Amino acid sequence: MELSRLVFSFFNAEVASRYWLDIVHGMWVTTYLGIAVIAAGLAAGLALAMLRSFHFRPASFLIVVFADAFRALPPLVVIIVLFFAFPYVGLAMSAFTATWLALSMVLAAFAEEIFWAGILSVPKGQTEASRSTGMSRLQTLAFVIIPQAVRLTIPPLTNRMIAITKGTALGSVVAVHEIIYHASSGASEAGNPTPLTLGALAYLVLFLPVVLFSRWIETRFAWKR
Amino acid sequence: MEQILQVFFNVAILERTWPFLLRGVEMTVALSLVIVPVGVASGLAIAMLYHLHLKWLNRVLIAYVDFFRAFPPLVLLLFIYGGLPFLGLDLPLFGTVALAFLLNTSSYYGEIFRAGLESVPAVQAEAARSTGLSRGQTMLWVILPQATRNVLPDLVSNTLEVIKLTTLASVVGFTELLNNARNAQALTYNATPIVAAALIYLVLLWPLVRLVSRLEHKSIAVR
Repeated sequence: MELSRLVFSFFNAEVASRYWLDIVHGMWVTTYLGIAVIAAGLAAGLALAMLRSFHFRPASFLIVVFADAFRALPPLVVIIVLFFAFPYVGLAMSAFTATWLALSMVLAAFAEEIFWAGILSVPKGQTEASRSTGMSRLQTLAFVIIPQAVRLTIPPLTNRMIAITKGTALGSVVAVHEIIYHASSGASEAGNPTPLTLGALAYLVLFLPVVLFSRWIETRFAWKR
Repeated sequence: MEQILQVFFNVAILERTWPFLLRGVEMTVALSLVIVPVGVASGLAIAMLYHLHLKWLNRVLIAYVDFFRAFPPLVLLLFIYGGLPFLGLDLPLFGTVALAFLLNTSSYYGEIFRAGLESVPAVQAEAARSTGLSRGQTMLWVILPQATRNVLPDLVSNTLEVIKLTTLASVVGFTELLNNARNAQALTYNATPIVAAALIYLVLLWPLVRLVSRLEHKSIAVR
């Protein structure tokens, strides 16, 4: 297999010049979608974990059911159910909304479990002490428990956030115009895999810094055994 | 309500598509049975090589692991699926899918085992060596059991992720459960097959989720 054919297939400058703008546009959509998912998923996960810490049985039960279900379901299945099954009952949503909602719920389920583990790790005496100073239950949670719990949750949460933002690629299956969508439609249009190479590079540009950052986070916040 | 039952839980349609879904489950299980054991073995190999602490080798290993962790698995799959034919390589679809997932999976298992091996204090190896065990024996009988136990929650949780990963193979037309469910949905113009597939995943994977939760809570309690 000669080198020139490899270059012509995977690093074709002419093809690249036609498609790189699409890919850059896809990078923007990926970033935007990723940030929206992280914001919604973390907020919902934290809210659920806080709700669970009030030990109100019916609520806790529902939260556990939600968290278990969305940790068991593959994210792509959730996206497909939202996008392809819900329209049958008149609940149609855009591909972007379906992907955002599905990934946010999956992240919320994992984040709830992580925050909950963090909350459990704070000794009970902390709650008792702050309650006895006259703080309300919500104040105790917000100013005493959560700040201590969060430290422990940072490494697993970072990993989860990276995993879920990589999940934005799944949006391409329902035609969200993110990187992969442009890369694979470009590749089939041009009959040349160079747009896929561009797409792969785009992901490296977006995610390699994040992976390196998570490596640093892991050593910085290493669980002390 | 009637309408929801008709399109989401239609018994007649479920009966017709059930054998098709079942074949999908078989393929999902077959794919998982290849990528989980091979992924664990190659991840362990990566971690043990890393544990030799050869400077240049470790750089290569970290580059490999970080590179394949940075790619979303779907990107890797599409790249290999779309790119291999241009290299003149014609793998069967099962092989293409397994290769793409293994590159991704081995990196994650590698990272987990690396953390596990590092969590075992060096004195354990020194003590084992001083009793006359060879380096291989020390690794096999002393270090590895403790390392595995320390990272067991992560190992099980990653295995769950790997099994969920197999759904991506539907994108390239691999006939696993999700792929068959979507085809059945398109043919019957009814959402029941997808809903059924989601429920099958739920039933199959829920025990694993419970196991992960129990292991994680236990490891917190131990600390």
